[in-house]
Amino acid sequence: MTPEATALRRAAKASLWLQPHRVILMLAAVVIVLAAIRFMRWDWLPAYLPLALEGIWRTVWLLVVTATLGISLAIPLGLAQAAGPPWLAVPARAFCTVIRGTPLLLQLWLLYYGLGSLFPQFPWIRESFLWPYLRQAWPYGVLALTLSYAGYEGEVMRGAFAGVPRGQLEAARAFGMSRWTAFRRIWLKQALHRALPTLAGETVLQLKATPLVATITMIDVYAVASRVRQETFVTYEPLLLLALVYMAITGVIVFLFRRLEARILTRLG
Amino acid sequence: MASFEIALGAFGLGLAIGICGAWGKLYGSPMVRDLFGLYTTIVRAVPELVLILILYFAGTDLVNRLIGLLGYAPVDINGLVAGICVLGVVQGAYSTEVLRGAILAIPQGQIEAARAYGMSPGLMLRRITLPAMLPFAIPGLANLWLIATKDTALLAIVGFNELTQTTRLAASATKAYFTFFVAAGILYLTLTLFSNAIIGRVERWARRGQPSIAETR
Repeated sequence: MTPEATALRRAAKASLWLQPHRVILMLAAVVIVLAAIRFMRWDWLPAYLPLALEGIWRTVWLLVVTATLGISLAIPLGLAQAAGPPWLAVPARAFCTVIRGTPLLLQLWLLYYGLGSLFPQFPWIRESFLWPYLRQAWPYGVLALTLSYAGYEGEVMRGAFAGVPRGQLEAARAFGMSRWTAFRRIWLKQALHRALPTLAGETVLQLKATPLVATITMIDVYAVASRVRQETFVTYEPLLLLALVYMAITGVIVFLFRRLEARILTRLG
Repeated sequence: MASFEIALGAFGLGLAIGICGAWGKLYGSPMVRDLFGLYTTIVRAVPELVLILILYFAGTDLVNRLIGLLGYAPVDINGLVAGICVLGVVQGAYSTEVLRGAILAIPQGQIEAARAYGMSPGLMLRRITLPAMLPFAIPGLANLWLIATKDTALLAIVGFNELTQTTRLAASATKAYFTFFVAAGILYLTLTLFSNAIIGRVERWARRGQPSIAETR
């Protein structure tokens, strides 16, 4: 394509996007933002900025850790349900049903308050090297979010594993691949490709689940916002900023998954 | 049972918003379309918890100010109503997308045929669009209903007395954390499984007369 044609197409695209009503909407948005900056209280922001950055970092850390651990749990769960023997498939399905059937907040509180009140009763736990960690809140938060992600993703991976055409696996075996190689090179890869768009959505959902850990005293960005609200009696501004931060993180996740999807050359039938 | 009432109310309100939203997004003027697009994008990108806080506090505050402007004394807004409204707005964004997808999945010819018969838009919505999109929409709506039942737990954070909050209070009063949380979990799970059974029947009813599709997975 000639450069002029490319420029022409880009201009056409821009004019399609910049319709009159969009310009008016954007002007309205700019006015709202300016009014918000002018008339709302933002003087608390500099004092709390380091804390807020720390909170954002912790939220992102929590998201990455739980999503990674969760997906590595979800792959065996999905495999067990899709192709495992009954004694593996039934517990895996039961796990997914229980996780998906109860609110995450309840699971979190069950782990934190329930296990947390159970552990100190056993002296050998109190004396073990794990005790300093078990007294803090974050292991319970990570555990609850990981299990939740694993439960939902186990279901997604089940569908993805079952969706890979049988002929592909038979071809892999016919090439003389061992079962493990066939799984690694063909089955897992194709299942992940299929599941990727769903996983992107689920990861955004996971991000939106992270503020729940604030209820068990973990200081993530949500907890920082509620602390600002309690200490300065500024009601709405921290919440609005918080919503903006979450939207930005969502945008980053969606962008990263799109890059990942674009890198994979798929030819699904 | 406040949890169940809120879930039902929120789901109903969400469905009403969703029908309007899907209609607006598909057939509305460009302005309407963009506004609904903005609504669904924002609501789906921000955590429910934050939205609940914003809507719960800002909403009650706004209503009280409006009432104040009209010259009435401020009222204490019922937690049940506030909860339903807040979760309904959240659910509305999701059901807008579900219904929009379902309407797009209707074969175009059916809608064109309805127009050719000279049906008014309202009649067409009632007779053709809604029944024809139902089989496509039900799996998504079923998911939304299950999310609604579980989202009611989030209202515990604004101090509303639903199942999870009551459980925590009872558990901390008796120190029997495990028993109470497990019991509440079983209650939620029963609701989910029960809903699943009903949804299965509804789906079979909505798909009646359609050629059965072989399991494609």
